[in-house]
Amino acid sequence: MQLQTNLKHLITADDHKKFIEENENVMVCCGRMGPMCIPVYEAMEELEDDYKHIKFADMAFDSPDAHVIRNAPECKGFMGLPFVMYYKNGKVAHASSSILTPQQIKAVLDSKLTK
Amino acid sequence: MNNEIYDVIILGAGPAGLAAGIYASRAKLSTLIINEGAVGGQLTLTEEIANYPGVETTSGYQLVTTMKKQAQEFGCKIKSNRTITRFQLEGAVKSITVNDTETFQGRTVILATGGTPRMLGIPGEQEFKGRGVSYCATCDGDFFNGKEIVVVGGGNSALEEAVTLTKHASKVTIVHQFDQFQAFEYAIEEAKANPKIEFIMESELRAIVGADTVEKIEIEHLPTGNKSELKTDGIFVFIGYVPNTEKVKDVVMVNERGEILVDPEMKTNTPGVFGAGDSIQKRYRQVTTAVADGTIAALSASAYLRQ
Repeated sequence: MQLQTNLKHLITADDHKKFIEENENVMVCCGRMGPMCIPVYEAMEELEDDYKHIKFADMAFDSPDAHVIRNAPECKGFMGLPFVMYYKNGKVAHASSSILTPQQIKAVLDSKLTK
Repeated sequence: MNNEIYDVIILGAGPAGLAAGIYASRAKLSTLIINEGAVGGQLTLTEEIANYPGVETTSGYQLVTTMKKQAQEFGCKIKSNRTITRFQLEGAVKSITVNDTETFQGRTVILATGGTPRMLGIPGEQEFKGRGVSYCATCDGDFFNGKEIVVVGGGNSALEEAVTLTKHASKVTIVHQFDQFQAFEYAIEEAKANPKIEFIMESELRAIVGADTVEKIEIEHLPTGNKSELKTDGIFVFIGYVPNTEKVKDVVMVNERGEILVDPEMKTNTPGVFGAGDSIQKRYRQVTTAVADGTIAALSASAYLRQ
């Protein structure tokens, strides 16, 4: 299961594990091709050029392996797509639920995923 | 400063901006669309478009994708997710600065900045966004399977989405500030006929309360001022849009609601500056009317350039 974006796609739980372990700063948007998620993917695609030290990826919310995000303790109580995870050195640095503006994403990147 | 002077710079990439981009670029005018968010604007928030003439039922995202492709195929450039930090709209050459770094110049500007979903602006709304407060039934409805929820609003979106949410929720309570709905009759009838939907009229939410997630809301009955509490698992907000004109309201004339004033040719009071879509003063806000506005604005910009 793969989303129709230009971001790197994380398909399996192993992909996800490897990606956050191999990269110091990671942002993953876990969603569907829906109205609350698409603006976040587009913002991430635009931000990739400005934040070279951060790796961006998506993961299909309905993929069975997306349980690594859906069931993460940091996502407890989340009731809005997309679930957005920010990882620093393989650990969750921040998590959010529902649509985000580019400014809101930048604010998290600038504070949680510094060089 | 970019040395190129575009014939037309369009601010906004919703249906009005994209339609203007299609018409201007097809007329061989050098055209640039600058957009602060994702391409498509509010249209991407629409799950189903069933009444766009000539197009069978489709999603807002699909319609936007086609419009964007059409504009680009005619040569229109699109820069999205940019923040407009400065602009100068007077004189023969107008300039737009984005992200404080890039400046674009144009002979005409079309303001198609659209609108932003109106927020409740009450305590708890931001805190519980994504934890029970939602603005999209089709996106988040399945988080509320078997739960009791509240829909706020009385227009087409509120009533249609309330009906959609009954597929998931055990009970939907519509809270509306007036004593009657502003929606089309078909939407009112469908909501009233649904046994899972209840109504609280002439009332407004005053606060959203909970611990990790939403647990209850505080409601005020407007005629009496009486306040009460209602237990709920979630709140879906559909109370209209506010025009995105904060940055231009001192440059072109706007009404008391911040909507840009235009004449039938979509001209603002500033020569060479036009308005289109949900950011202008008008009664009916549909994809079709936005596209029509964008078309007229592009044709008027073309005529202005020929003068």
